[in-house]
Amino acid sequence: MNRIIVSLSSARRSRPLRPNVLALLCRRTAQREIDVAARAHSRRDGRTLTELESELEMTRFGVMKHLRVLENAGLIVTRRAGREKRHFLNPVPIRLIHDRWIDKYTERRVSALTALKHELEEAK
Amino acid sequence: VTTAVEKGVTTHVYRVYIKAKPQAIWDAITKSEWAERYGYACRQEYDLRRGGAFRAFANAPMLAHGAPEVIIIGEVIEADPPRKLVQTWHPIWDPESAAEAATRLSWEIEESPEGYCKLTVTHDLAGAPLTAAMVAGEVPNAGGGWSYVLSDLKTLLESGKSLAG
Repeated sequence: MNRIIVSLSSARRSRPLRPNVLALLCRRTAQREIDVAARAHSRRDGRTLTELESELEMTRFGVMKHLRVLENAGLIVTRRAGREKRHFLNPVPIRLIHDRWIDKYTERRVSALTALKHELEEAK
Repeated sequence: VTTAVEKGVTTHVYRVYIKAKPQAIWDAITKSEWAERYGYACRQEYDLRRGGAFRAFANAPMLAHGAPEVIIIGEVIEADPPRKLVQTWHPIWDPESAAEAATRLSWEIEESPEGYCKLTVTHDLAGAPLTAAMVAGEVPNAGGGWSYVLSDLKTLLESGKSLAG
């Protein structure tokens, strides 16, 4: 746990402006944000606010609030297409956490297990 | 778990913040000596003119696994160094991928006054579901796709070392 805290604080120092994904993921209300993000990702070419509002049982204000949190955390990226603003899920911040936490030792162990699984499945 | 492919996602947007100059990021994307140091570590060639060719080559482990020498081909649509690169991107490492439509890939680098950059990769994957799954990191034993590549690019530019060491 200490290591996590150290790595978090050093992450904050080295990247002061990086959105804090972890704080978001740790929040109790994050589930609603995750619903919004999953919905944004669920169809091709991103989702507009209006589409999200009609697909989620949430007020427009609620969707906007959650989108703002997600956008600040870097998990949603918006792009303009003509007059529409589309929301896309950005998975990179999640990967950054993975790469920061899974050290080389763990990675090797994981890949060894993956390789073993693969070999056993091939042998069948 | 439903994948992006099953859901029919055709445009992926990936964004990462990197503490580096736009030129450094541009070089890391377009120059072979950099491309070999992160992500899938492949030599590549860009002719950075409109209509210029792009090619990525299999590295030694890929060749040992039976990959062809050239694994991705493409064409430069727009090159505005060090800010914007738009290209086609067509993996031909296996017959299934080669049979899919060429995809469109854009790289946008924006510098902030605070001295870091925002790199946004937009990949239009219409007509290329297999390639979409690959770049999303959803194909088993085929690596982590763009998320992994961009995380590694950030690590390399900020620390001088890639994730693989």
